[in-house]
This record gives sequence, C-alpha cells and structure tokens, in this order.
Amino acid sequence: MDNLQMLVATAMALFALGLLGVVVRRNVLVMLMCMELMLNGVNLSLVAFAQQSASTAGAVLVFLIFVVAAAEIAIAIPIVVLLVRRKDALDLNAYADLKG
Amino acid sequence: MIETVLVWLFAGTALVAAGAMLMLRHPMRVALALTGSMLSLAGVYALLGVHVIAVFQVLIYVGAIMVFMVYAIMLLDVRDRSYTRRFSRLLIPGAIAAALLIGVLIYAAWDALSARSGASPGTMFALQSFSVAFLNEYWLHFELVSVLLVAAVAAAVAVLEIGRRQRG
Repeated sequence: MDNLQMLVATAMALFALGLLGVVVRRNVLVMLMCMELMLNGVNLSLVAFAQQSASTAGAVLVFLIFVVAAAEIAIAIPIVVLLVRRKDALDLNAYADLKG
Repeated sequence: MIETVLVWLFAGTALVAAGAMLMLRHPMRVALALTGSMLSLAGVYALLGVHVIAVFQVLIYVGAIMVFMVYAIMLLDVRDRSYTRRFSRLLIPGAIAAALLIGVLIYAAWDALSARSGASPGTMFALQSFSVAFLNEYWLHFELVSVLLVAAVAAAVAVLEIGRRQRG
C-alpha cells in the first residue's frame, strides 16, 4: 500500500462523511460545513493525483475550486440569515413548508 | 520515512476531525473540528510538496471561509431544537448508506490504483511551471472565476435587499 492509495481512500472517506453529515444533521449551518468537508475531500484527491502525475491542470483546478467554494459560502450564508430571520430557527424541519 | 508517517498522521487527524463534526452538538464546535480537518489537509499538501495549495488552503479556507462561517454562527445563535436533537430521522438509513458508499468507493479506488503500472515515486511539484501554466493556459478560467465571484457578491447583496424589503 502506498501513499496515493491511502490519500485517495482518505479523500473518499472525507467525501462520504460530509455527505452523511448533510443527510443526518438537522442544523442548517452544520449542513453547510459538511458540504465544505465534501469539497475538501475532492480537493485532496485532486492534489494527490496532480502531485503523482506532476500535472499542473489538477493544481489549477484546486485553485478554481477554492474560489467557487468562497462564492458558494458568500451566497449560502445570506440565504441562511434570511431564512432564520423569517422562521427564527436553525432546524431544517422548520423549513418543511418550502415546496419545490 | 518520517514524511510518510507524518502524511498518515495528518490524514488520520483529518478523518478524526471529520468524524467529530458529525458527533458534536454545538455549531461552533463543529466549525472548530472542520478547521482542524482543513489544517490537517494543509499539512498533507505541504508534505506532498504542493506548498502553494497548502498556503492557499490556510488562507482561503481557514482564513476566509471559516471565519465567515464563525461570524454567521455567532450572528445566528438562536437556541433551537437542532441543538438538543442533533440528528434527523434519516440517521440509521443514512449511516448504513454512508458505510456502503465508503466501502464501495475505497474498494474501487484501491482496485484501480493497485493495477497501475509500477508505483511511481511521485515527482516534485514545480511552482514555476504551475505559475506559467496558470497565467498562460488557464487565464480565461481565472477571469471567468473572478466574474463568478462578482456575481456571487451581487447575488448576496440582492438576497439581503429582498429580505429587507419583505420585512418592510
């Protein structure tokens, strides 16, 4: 077993743990953070493969993913703030009347 | 040798912190666990020799995104039911599905990677070639991403403006 196999396995475990967090937790902010964890898992696999094959494309993609993650959070937090002001709850069950 | 041990150690820390994120109750502790996970991943990147990405992992993820998240947690500290009851109804099916997903993904990756021709030792990441490629080949992607960032900021302002108007 070498480093690459271990790193890719770690990346996949991080992605699956993030997905599990999004599914099972009830707090909206915790779900957002679990999404960040999924992105981190993907980044780890990209960096591991880019380093292994000495390609620059993977590293550039990681940079672009950093920016996209920042944009995602910049959109998501105001939406959460707005929802919490309306319902006064961070619990996702309080938003069950949002259809579609 | 010591580098391999450290990579394993940092990867293990990242996994443990990710597991702690699922178990901890208060969002602030979850944020701290996520920060720990991101810092461990930055350690992994630095040990792999990809120092640029390690630096930007700390600067952008920990320095910008997590600080923003911590501000949001402090802003929205409403004590509601999601603090006392952490998990939704999907806890048991979700855990089973996640265990299956981890098993399948790791088995597939393991199988595919052990079949590759001879484990190459992994070459050193060259910052110079990365920078040249970044600004020569990928300049359009870079510009497009900056447009995306501006659009995100405009959308965030618009969302807050809608909220203000609805509250009168």
